[in-house]
Amino acid sequence: MKKSKSLLLMFALVLVIGTVLAGCGGNNNNANSGTNAAATNAAGNEGSTNTGTSGDEKLAADQTLRVNLTAEPPTFDPAQAQDSQANTVLKTMYEGLTRMNDETGQAEPGIAESWEISPDGLVYTFKLRDAQWSNGDPVEAADFVRAWKIVLDPNTDPTAPYAYQLYYLKNAEEYYGKKVTDFNEVGVKAVDAKTLEVTLKAPTPYFLGLLSFYTYYPVHKSVEGNTKWATNKDTMITNGAFTLTEWTTGQSLQVSKNDKYWDAANIKLAKIDFSLVNSGATELLSYKNGELDRAGAPHGEIPQEQIPIVQKELPNEFQRKGIASTYYYEFNITEKPFDNVKIRKALAMTVNRQSLIDNVTLGGQIPAYGYVPPGIAGADGEFRTAVKDSYFTEDTEAAKKLLAEGLAEEGLTELPPVELSYNTSEGHKKIALAVADMWKQALGITVNTVNQEWAVFIDNRQNLNYQIARAGWTADYNDPMTFLDMWVTGGGNNDTGYANPEYDKLIADAKASSDLAARQEMFAKAEKMIIEDDMILIPFYYYTNNSLTKEYLKGVTLDFSGAIDFTRAYLLEH
Amino acid sequence: MASDKKLVSQDASLKPEDFRKIGIDERQAEVIQRESLSAWRDSWERLRQNKMAMTALGILGLIILAALIAPLFSKYNYYSNDLLSTNKPPSSEHWFGTDDLGRDIFVRTWYGARISLIVGLAAAAIDLLIGVIYGGIMGYFGGRVDNIMNKVSEILYSIPYLLVVILLLVVLEPSLGTIILALTITGWITMSWIVRGEIMQLKNREFVLASRSMGAGSKRLLFKHLLPNAVGPIIVTITLSVPNAIFAEAFLSFLGLGVQAPVASLGSMINDSLTGWLYYPWRFLFPAILISLTMLSFNIFGDGLRDALDPKLKK
Amino acid sequence: MGMVRYVANKFFYMLVSLFVLISATFFLMKAIPGDPFTSEKKVPPEIKARLYEQYGLDKPLYHQYFKYLGEIVQGDLGVSMKRLNQDVTHLIGQTFSASLKLGVIAIIVSVIVGVFLGMMAALYHRKFIDSAAMVLAVLGIAVPSFVVASLLQYVFAYKFHMFPVSGFKGPLYYVLPVTALSAQPIAFIARLTRSSMLEVLHADYIKTAKAKGLSWAAILSRHVLRNGILPVVTYMGPMTANIVTGSVVIEQIFGVGGIGKQFVEAIGVRDYTVIMGITIFYGVLLMLARFITDIAYVFVDPRIKLSGGKEG
Repeated sequence: MKKSKSLLLMFALVLVIGTVLAGCGGNNNNANSGTNAAATNAAGNEGSTNTGTSGDEKLAADQTLRVNLTAEPPTFDPAQAQDSQANTVLKTMYEGLTRMNDETGQAEPGIAESWEISPDGLVYTFKLRDAQWSNGDPVEAADFVRAWKIVLDPNTDPTAPYAYQLYYLKNAEEYYGKKVTDFNEVGVKAVDAKTLEVTLKAPTPYFLGLLSFYTYYPVHKSVEGNTKWATNKDTMITNGAFTLTEWTTGQSLQVSKNDKYWDAANIKLAKIDFSLVNSGATELLSYKNGELDRAGAPHGEIPQEQIPIVQKELPNEFQRKGIASTYYYEFNITEKPFDNVKIRKALAMTVNRQSLIDNVTLGGQIPAYGYVPPGIAGADGEFRTAVKDSYFTEDTEAAKKLLAEGLAEEGLTELPPVELSYNTSEGHKKIALAVADMWKQALGITVNTVNQEWAVFIDNRQNLNYQIARAGWTADYNDPMTFLDMWVTGGGNNDTGYANPEYDKLIADAKASSDLAARQEMFAKAEKMIIEDDMILIPFYYYTNNSLTKEYLKGVTLDFSGAIDFTRAYLLEH
Repeated sequence: MASDKKLVSQDASLKPEDFRKIGIDERQAEVIQRESLSAWRDSWERLRQNKMAMTALGILGLIILAALIAPLFSKYNYYSNDLLSTNKPPSSEHWFGTDDLGRDIFVRTWYGARISLIVGLAAAAIDLLIGVIYGGIMGYFGGRVDNIMNKVSEILYSIPYLLVVILLLVVLEPSLGTIILALTITGWITMSWIVRGEIMQLKNREFVLASRSMGAGSKRLLFKHLLPNAVGPIIVTITLSVPNAIFAEAFLSFLGLGVQAPVASLGSMINDSLTGWLYYPWRFLFPAILISLTMLSFNIFGDGLRDALDPKLKK
Repeated sequence: MGMVRYVANKFFYMLVSLFVLISATFFLMKAIPGDPFTSEKKVPPEIKARLYEQYGLDKPLYHQYFKYLGEIVQGDLGVSMKRLNQDVTHLIGQTFSASLKLGVIAIIVSVIVGVFLGMMAALYHRKFIDSAAMVLAVLGIAVPSFVVASLLQYVFAYKFHMFPVSGFKGPLYYVLPVTALSAQPIAFIARLTRSSMLEVLHADYIKTAKAKGLSWAAILSRHVLRNGILPVVTYMGPMTANIVTGSVVIEQIFGVGGIGKQFVEAIGVRDYTVIMGITIFYGVLLMLARFITDIAYVFVDPRIKLSGGKEG
């Protein structure tokens, strides 16, 4: 009896503690509930971009920036890098011939201080500025030739996975395929120490922008014969604003100011400390706790459902910026029932995009009815401004009719259960469940959502082993081509099985043309084909980057694709 | 240490007339069996007197009942979204509130409890079955049999669990069955080791030696003497095996390998609510309280059962 | 019949286990769809072919297998396929140092606190201390570790600013992850200790010892504790494994860059050499833990004979 009594006492105690804890939560909730559902606005850019220094700002004594990376960059070898996290860090350590101007989305001088382009758009002659490597050696044209040779050499061990990013150069693809064995025939030549001549295969209006990409970065001569140079901070000689000073795998990274950088006078940060936590909840808590100066996209993550909350709580720190990426579902159009365009259209027309954004994704994304996102340059200004994405509308009644017609064509009375696959992620899961329910309610079809581990998912999708699959595409460069050339017949990233000779021709013509207006028209036609005519994919929304920046942190910039540049950042006294 | 080897299992209720001279005879051995039957009845009496344990049993019963029928009393189901009423606090409309897709948490919590219980009980049952048989054989026979079987279990155990699970969930269709299978593939080993340890400890005890000298065969010894006497530790292990399986499923949810949405388990619900639990505490609290209550009940009941089964603690 | 033979025998079997482990993992791993070069932006076929060639993935499976075995025998774990040109041993070394600290501290804390709680509960059986210890223990078991971790993080780091939210840079950073990681083992050990000590305390030989007038301290240390912690010793192996797996979640929540996180990442990107390297490392670690447990068991319980003999 005695035992039971004291146990009951303890049990009661525990319940009391539990209630108190719950009470704490409750208070918080009262302060915030009711605000979240209504919190989303019409999309667009919110918050300031914090550029420029005004006179009365006082710099903090400790210029150490602390940010988190959700994934550790697998490598710091520009030739081997492949992901956005590597991009974030490499951007601080290296500088290419050009830099991306984050305001205009256009290239501006980097290591090259000026250039000339031949009238046919094929030959670029770059004049290099007096820049130095972190060990004091001058940055010369030969450093670019060396770097590009490493990328294009099939015998590099391991071979550069992004070698094809350099296929714009004359004979580059042939050199990789060993059809050309002499690298001198490839379109890059060091005329003298400070002059680099680049010859292209075809006119490429966005080539200057490409040069700011990490695969085009130069490397120091010490890398020759040392395959492990990028695995050790001591052998990493870089030419950017910062150098790698600390690296504990899985734990932390640190870059420190490179005094030899040509523009060192304008670099105010002394150090950037990167933590490597892959939990958005932890990152946000660290930020709120003052352990981080910036949180959220693109380097980190704010948990989806907390976005509307932090937007209310920290309005001065919250920033939203549209980026050039599209979220969509694609169809396997080679198999029944989605070989029928009417059925595909019916599904596309019954997704309530605004409701999805307001209630599920919560990030203020922009509803998408086309494929090329805003922010991508067109002939004059943005492509999306010139070419409206009014390819279809959401219309349940029309969709029902289309579905009925489609089913009749297929000889079906009702659609068999459909499988919708997505890769493991809270965000994708919520969208999949919400969309499955929308289709069920609007069209009465049964949708089974299938969650797959990432590589399995990619493998299945690339092998057309799916019915409907989640997908997203981010710009590689600032041109509609990066979104449209993937849908050509047999294209490496064409996971829908779409094959349309007419489309292929449009893309081929656009690739050969240097007439910006004509290209834009061709792109518009191509986009209409894959959306309005054939609906090989269902666009959902154009991405936004949501982030939190402490008010004392200034000068962090994001480019059109959402890539972040910390180099010109600085911390105010706080 | 010889002084430690006192007779420990002598039952005070034995009277001189209980002793008879017996030979090696199967029929006679039944006498011993009847003795242990009454011991089970005795244990049940003791268990019934343990109010905490009975309360825990009652709560468990209620949870199981509610998991089975509670969803029937709601007009909602576990999978339908209502995007216009997401993250609503508890109300008369939604007793436990709604989640991020506007689904009713009352229904999902009980439905999730059902899934969690299925996972936990099925995994524990399989663990128990394989573990007891395997561990019993290892411990009883010892020597080479033990050695080989122990090696096999050790090898299985040292294969990193995550890899096995990911693999299984990839090779097979991801489903409830796959998850249970994945959980039991290494889960039974702990049980087998505990049984083995107990049996090894018990088999040299005097009462076992006595029984052996009276002609009891291996099977009889194992199942009538060794296992019943090892039942305490086995039960302690089972009461943890169920929550372990439920937690392991939650762990898989955390890694994105749990039950396929929109199917919910308590673990996956907690995990889904974790990023926003400060703001939407009801999404976190109801499944968390239920999972803890389930664990608590299993443990208290297990303790009671253990006390009841072990006459040495009677006093 | 000596310790040496016993150890040699165990050691031989460990090698056999290791071989089976390596083989099983190798083929299981290769059965998972995808490879290190699967990526959303597809690598053109000529580049993929070149990568396959360089990593030997174009060869038949058995060829890759024997080649890998050959390298392992020479103690070469190879280089990562995803973290380009990084040695697997370097990777394991860097990430394991954090996990080792976390794990070892958690094991020590679990055993000390668990045994202490269990002992107090047994000594004060059916008194308040017993109930208090057992409620604590049951709570440890009843609340999932990721919930414990999140609560600790919120309350002690965010609300009271006593500890950092994340990172693993010094002792102050260790407190919360260690607490979260040891909550469950503490509970388990406390229960095990309590039940086995109760059993021992009621055993006749203890009563005899008491009757003989042996001091309580002597009885406790000579008989009760020694026999009472036997099951705890058995639990050491599984506990090590639990802590190693459990730390995956804890490492993620507290941003500890440990080997657990590395392993999950490696599986995600199919970094074959890293998966194998960490598997072998884990395997050896767990086998050693089991080995030490076995040896310890022999020392603690003299009734277990070295040979594991068949007759009693």
